[in-house]
Amino acid sequence: MSDVGTYLYAVAMERDSAATQGLTGVAGRAVQAIPHAGLVAYVSAVPLTEFGEEPLRQSLEDLDWLGETARAHHRVVAAVAAKAPIAPVRLVTIYNDEAQVRTLLERRHEAFMEVLAQIADRQEWGVKVYVPPPDDRPAQESAAGGGPGAAYLKKRQAGLHNREEAWRRAIARAELIHKTLESLAEASHLHRPQDPQLSGREDWMVLNGAYLVDEERGQEFGQVVERLRGEGVDLELTGPWAPYSFTTSVEAGAEGEQDDRR
Amino acid sequence: MSESSSVMRQPYNPSASREPANLGDILERVLDRGIVIAGDIRVNLLDIELLTIKLRLIIASVDTAREMGIDWWEHDPWLSGKSETLQEENRSLRRRLAALEEAQPSALESRDSPPDVAASVLESHDSRKRPTEAGERDE
Repeated sequence: MSDVGTYLYAVAMERDSAATQGLTGVAGRAVQAIPHAGLVAYVSAVPLTEFGEEPLRQSLEDLDWLGETARAHHRVVAAVAAKAPIAPVRLVTIYNDEAQVRTLLERRHEAFMEVLAQIADRQEWGVKVYVPPPDDRPAQESAAGGGPGAAYLKKRQAGLHNREEAWRRAIARAELIHKTLESLAEASHLHRPQDPQLSGREDWMVLNGAYLVDEERGQEFGQVVERLRGEGVDLELTGPWAPYSFTTSVEAGAEGEQDDRR
Repeated sequence: MSESSSVMRQPYNPSASREPANLGDILERVLDRGIVIAGDIRVNLLDIELLTIKLRLIIASVDTAREMGIDWWEHDPWLSGKSETLQEENRSLRRRLAALEEAQPSALESRDSPPDVAASVLESHDSRKRPTEAGERDE
């Protein structure tokens, strides 16, 4: 058993093989291309002291380590995606060695080709919709008799009611926006709205969508996003992304080999 | 291909308020999406429990949602383990509330807000809010 594993970032068609000189991946490791069977895999050799199952169990719970690793993974994916259509592989996918990666490219050839065909000439755009939360101050101060407790509860109730109303309106608006954007896209995926700590905004995030858009419609998509902004609703556009949100499963092409390590 | 590719990654329309990717954007893609390859692999993410990360990524949305009575997250398989506990807690609180109402209906009615009582009882689990709220209650 070697103490080095092969970390896989992405797969592309061999004819689109991109140069990897100077490209640094996770743990500061160099990135290499493994061309095989008409496909190319982008990998790094990683130490299993850091990327073995047990060390990963610990470090993945460490948000600093995770953030750094995710950014490094993303950097490699983005760099190779800038040159050609690629299928990004989920974070932390590690093989025993390069030979095993070649076997993968052979065995799942069809499935990879299918995925790559689907995303060719398309790019992923992210759109988030924000609305400011309603003012929590009660509309009228006193009015209610029955002591401070009852007044407090009334205020609270009114506050909750306002929030519910505002939330309903915002959700309806988000649904409309999503429908419009969806009509311009080949496919869409709704991510979970982000925690304000992640988004860095206090506003409610009411939509966190990803849209797979034909390259030639990218500009139109951006303009539509611009037009949908306003009336208290803000839209945030990110991208173009490698098509992470639309490449999820190559296991459908699996040969039924069960994971038998346990 | 190469011709269109070189065009495709240029940031067109720079005037649009396109934001740089934040860590959340990256994490939700690299952790949750992207190709998963099963079998014949040394390690992959699916082998590893990521409870802490996932909870941290969504925890505040859960708070907001709960406050607004939205429970989609309870059906999220990511959280199903956790949600079992929450649902159980919820049921048990409702039972306690019903028992309370039976024991002293007048005391609760005097608070003048039957629909909100359940909510405020449920919120009693939010320890941060507790002291103030209790302090403002009628005796």
